[in-house]
Amino acid sequence: MPAHLDNEHSLVAAAQAGDSDAFVTLLNQYSRHIYRVGLSITGNHQDAEDVLQESSLKAYRAIAEFQGNSRFYTWVVRIAVNEALGKLRKRALWKESSLDEPREGEDRSYIPLEIESWGDDPEKACLHNELQQLLAEVIQKLDPKSRTIFTLRDVEQFTIEETAKLLGLSIPVVKTRLLRSRLKLREELTKYFGKDARNAMPTGRR
Amino acid sequence: MRCRQVVDKISEYIDGELDPELVRELERHLEHCEDCRVVVDTTRKTVEVFCHTEPAPLPNDVRERLNQTFRDSFRKGEPN
Repeated sequence: MPAHLDNEHSLVAAAQAGDSDAFVTLLNQYSRHIYRVGLSITGNHQDAEDVLQESSLKAYRAIAEFQGNSRFYTWVVRIAVNEALGKLRKRALWKESSLDEPREGEDRSYIPLEIESWGDDPEKACLHNELQQLLAEVIQKLDPKSRTIFTLRDVEQFTIEETAKLLGLSIPVVKTRLLRSRLKLREELTKYFGKDARNAMPTGRR
Repeated sequence: MRCRQVVDKISEYIDGELDPELVRELERHLEHCEDCRVVVDTTRKTVEVFCHTEPAPLPNDVRERLNQTFRDSFRKGEPN
């Protein structure tokens, strides 16, 4: 999550008073976070851009309703998550009530397969933009619901309770999915950061 | 505690949400189980690397289209 801005309150107040430049300044602090949330959840750049555009406009139109009980970022990312979930629902990739318990054949991910310590801290092991790209790629190996939960909890730092509420899921489902996601991503990243890593870093793309 | 139970408790352990009695049991297990130590350590690092890594800057074309959307919206006089 971005560092707290000392002037956030004054920007919010100005935006609420009708200062559109203040709103844009405010939003620009968080737009790449919103885009990352959209990309993580939807899995493609076009949808991520739509999520950014639509949630930004909705936030602009509704800024007068922002109460200030939470940070502006928390408020706007909620709007973005709802937009992104709407995309998944349209593509029938998000089902509210079905199959929230581990499915047959998924159990395997509970058993760690890659048991290898990491040679170096990932942040030191590769260039920052390579790391950003790698993380964006491996998170797509999770199913949509799991990567949404992981993104909210571990990337955007919402609590388990907030994540559950935001997604309309029970806390046990969130916890189970989170554990499985963390273990799966650990497996994937060990292929890159394990002492005997076999995978090369991804090559530059967008 | 067995390896399987350690894996089941990893999330709560690294989030500091595990019951203190279970923490003691888990840590006793870690003292003599190298594999579980590796799994716990690399799971913790997995979470850390995701939460520490700043997102990439917005692609220029995405930023430009967002700005254009706002300009169009402001021209129409939304929302005030």
